[in-house]
Amino acid sequence: MVALTKAINSNREDPDRKRANARKRFPVWRWVILLIAGVYFLLPLWAALRFAGIRAFGTVFVQPGFWPAIWLSTRLAIMTTLITLALMVPTAVYVHLRVPAMRRLLESITILPIVIPPVVLAVGVLQVSPGSLKATPWLLGLVYVVLAMPFAYRAIDAGLRALDLKTLTEASSSLGAGWSTTLWRVLLPNLRTALLSSTVLIVALVLGEFTIASLDLYVTFPVWIVQFDQLNANMSVAASIFALVLTWLFLMLIVTFGTRQSRRTGGGAVTLFTVARAETKGN
Amino acid sequence: MTQTEEVETTLGPVTGPRVARARSAGRSMAKLVGVVPFAVYVALGLIIPMIVVAIDAFRNPNTGAFTFTNVNIATHGVYATGIRESLILSVLASVIPGIFGALIAYAIFTAKRGAFLRQVVITASGVFANFGGVPLAFLFIASFGSSALVTGWLNDLGFNIYNAGFSLYTLSGVTLVYMYFQIPLMVLVILPALEGLRPAWREAAENLGARTWQYWRYVGGPVLMPSFLGCVLLLFGSALSAYATAEALTAGTIPLTSIQIASFLNGNVIAGQQNVGKALGLGMVVIIAIVMVFYVLLQRRAAKWLR
Amino acid sequence: MATNAADDTAQAASAVTASVTTATSARGGTSVSLRNLSRTFGATRALDGMSLDIAPGELVALLGPSGCGKTTALRIVAGFETADTGELLIDGRDVSGVPASKRDMGMVFQSYSLFPNMNALDNVGFGLRMRKANAVTRRQRAGELLEMVGLAAQAKQFPHQLSGGQQQRVALARALAIEPRVLLLDEPLSALDAKVRLQLREQIRNLQQRLGTTTLFVTHDQEEALSMADRVGVMRGGKLEQVAAPDELYSRPATAFVAEFVGTMNRLPGELVDSGTVAVLGTMVPVQDGAPASGQVDVLVRPEGLTVVQAADGNGIVSNRTFLGATSRLTVLLSGDTEVQVDVPSTTAAAMVPGTAVQVALPPAPVLVASRNE
Repeated sequence: MVALTKAINSNREDPDRKRANARKRFPVWRWVILLIAGVYFLLPLWAALRFAGIRAFGTVFVQPGFWPAIWLSTRLAIMTTLITLALMVPTAVYVHLRVPAMRRLLESITILPIVIPPVVLAVGVLQVSPGSLKATPWLLGLVYVVLAMPFAYRAIDAGLRALDLKTLTEASSSLGAGWSTTLWRVLLPNLRTALLSSTVLIVALVLGEFTIASLDLYVTFPVWIVQFDQLNANMSVAASIFALVLTWLFLMLIVTFGTRQSRRTGGGAVTLFTVARAETKGN
Repeated sequence: MTQTEEVETTLGPVTGPRVARARSAGRSMAKLVGVVPFAVYVALGLIIPMIVVAIDAFRNPNTGAFTFTNVNIATHGVYATGIRESLILSVLASVIPGIFGALIAYAIFTAKRGAFLRQVVITASGVFANFGGVPLAFLFIASFGSSALVTGWLNDLGFNIYNAGFSLYTLSGVTLVYMYFQIPLMVLVILPALEGLRPAWREAAENLGARTWQYWRYVGGPVLMPSFLGCVLLLFGSALSAYATAEALTAGTIPLTSIQIASFLNGNVIAGQQNVGKALGLGMVVIIAIVMVFYVLLQRRAAKWLR
Repeated sequence: MATNAADDTAQAASAVTASVTTATSARGGTSVSLRNLSRTFGATRALDGMSLDIAPGELVALLGPSGCGKTTALRIVAGFETADTGELLIDGRDVSGVPASKRDMGMVFQSYSLFPNMNALDNVGFGLRMRKANAVTRRQRAGELLEMVGLAAQAKQFPHQLSGGQQQRVALARALAIEPRVLLLDEPLSALDAKVRLQLREQIRNLQQRLGTTTLFVTHDQEEALSMADRVGVMRGGKLEQVAAPDELYSRPATAFVAEFVGTMNRLPGELVDSGTVAVLGTMVPVQDGAPASGQVDVLVRPEGLTVVQAADGNGIVSNRTFLGATSRLTVLLSGDTEVQVDVPSTTAAAMVPGTAVQVALPPAPVLVASRNE
């Protein structure tokens, strides 16, 4: 009788055990931390929303200077992304392949923009650049490339390290492809996650950069928000939150779309700073 | 292959070693060709502006002669206070968010089923890490300002924070606001280090009898420490360089170096002191450069273990 | 709630079993019993009612393709996973509720499990530190174990300074330092070079036998399993297909999967005449136990179980010949598009170049038979 009950018990699924399993996977303290973090980050947003009033949102879009400012920031984001990637990817590939000894040096150089405060850089750049360039917003884009270098390089470097670069390029050239074909058709598709991570970081950077833009007297979106603050506080708060939400949506789009793409080709999820490997639950 | 042979025959016999050395030197120079565009860009966009600032820091703005006056002014009086305040702020705004950021990163990282959560937090971190300046300042004034929402709630609960000496416009207030972008930055930079923590270590430790705190004390902590310290240093540099938020919040009530440098750009300068801002800038760069050297050293150590 | 009473009596019953088994294991070694373990991950059934008894001092290898559940089973024994159903008995006592850190088992992981911030000596002594041994004892015992695995000279080196093989030996020493009741090995040799793998195989087996530690070894390499284990459990799809000594596994596989997974196996089309005889290759051959009902079947024969001679009017043509040393393996294409591998002494194979017409035959020994679609 006892043996039978025991046998029955072992065959039925034990709900307590399942619950214990679940608890082990995600203990309480993690929720506490995330809750505190959530409150800290969301509370000011909500308070600002209450302050500005929902109606303020609608009127943001019709304020003078809104669309030009957004347009400028968008153009700058695109310009910076293209130039940064066009500059960093071939350089990184080249160094990885031909002069691996220079990798350390390259890494150190790309850390420099972090070392130099934007304020200081603004001072220097303004001094050095020709007047003709200063008149156009393209100067800002070029400076942003410098600011974006560290993040772009880290992402691209991580992506390159995950590939067997030497083998890929040798295989490609043995099949008759030239340098540019190899880069375009073989390497870039495999670097998709790294490129996406870089784009994400660069866009976030450009859409949020205020210091150099304002000191160099350009009216990008972040600068416009500040200028507007002088006139209408409510609007300005609404605009800030709008900027935040817009950037976030944009990033989520890129990340989700990029992850889906890369999963199809067997890669991992797109993360900022590193390329994560998809986790397999196997034996 | 055939080309070089042809050259050799038309030029006649040439001495072996000299040609070989010249050729290999030429080859290694040629190797660097691919790095040229990058080098040019960095030189123009980064190195040259910096050199200009560095040189001007030691030049008299009127005569162009070499002088230490700028540096002198930059290290005394109101500017010295600015440096001190900036350093204190940077320490606070790097250690505290460093700890929080690491905890948050760990909380989302180890959640096996939480891939979506991880994605959300990472993207949010990417956004918030770049969020600053007036919008951020405004957010906090709207919630923690003297007549703001949260202050009101806390008042109702019985905590009058302003009576207790809190203000958004003091160092502690600015630290609170800085955390808004420092914490996400920490999350982003420490995640790669966390990914280097192999689950096998945790399991091996558990298997050998270690409880959670023992694992952290003997294995996890020591292994992560170089990365953690390195990331805190990175945050330190970030806090020290921060301008927009400080400007928006304090507008001069607290002397901070980055604001003082910017005021030179805006032209609020005493005659003859135009280059003091550059001296200050140079000083900042020197401090951060030292910090970054340690950062790189710590990352190297971490890389050795977290392969 | 009614089950509580039943649980109590069940516990009393298991206590009795425990005392009996403890008496047995007092002779030396720990017995491990997996009873009807199941574990599902989302939509996948990683383990499906797996049961296995490991005798004290035995080395049992779990062999199977990736995804078969062998690592899951090992991790359940270690305590890193909990089974959804079933029980795990160590010396007769159910340890399902015991956390991994208290199970007194030593585990060697696939790779890179040494703590990078400690040198070899400290790594090996870690388990002892957790058991509150003092520094002197730790150093002494760790030193002994490093000596046992031949790495006494590397005691002060850090993991990143050691080769893969050396790291795994330190990992082994670390697992054994705590004198575990059970030794668990999760594909410890998979990440190593072939030569190092062979050396380590021997070393692990010798150590295990010397110490008499009950061991569970997971691998996907059948050569490894067959050469090291007292018994091998072949797994597929979360279930154990057969558990037997290596030679029995080889010569008397219980299922077609086991037959083909272990060693090379030929499949020849045949027809069952009755439940005891099968017609294949033009002859009648007796069937080994367990034949399916009737009809078209596949006859399973090892390469060394076939004979081949040169014959101009034979039933096949040699398509390939591989020199393996004393024997050579011939691939013969038979009529009907069947391909078989036959092992012959190299002296005989010398004359059988590709293209030679040959006659392949089956000696009248009992053969294994599987249904056509298995």
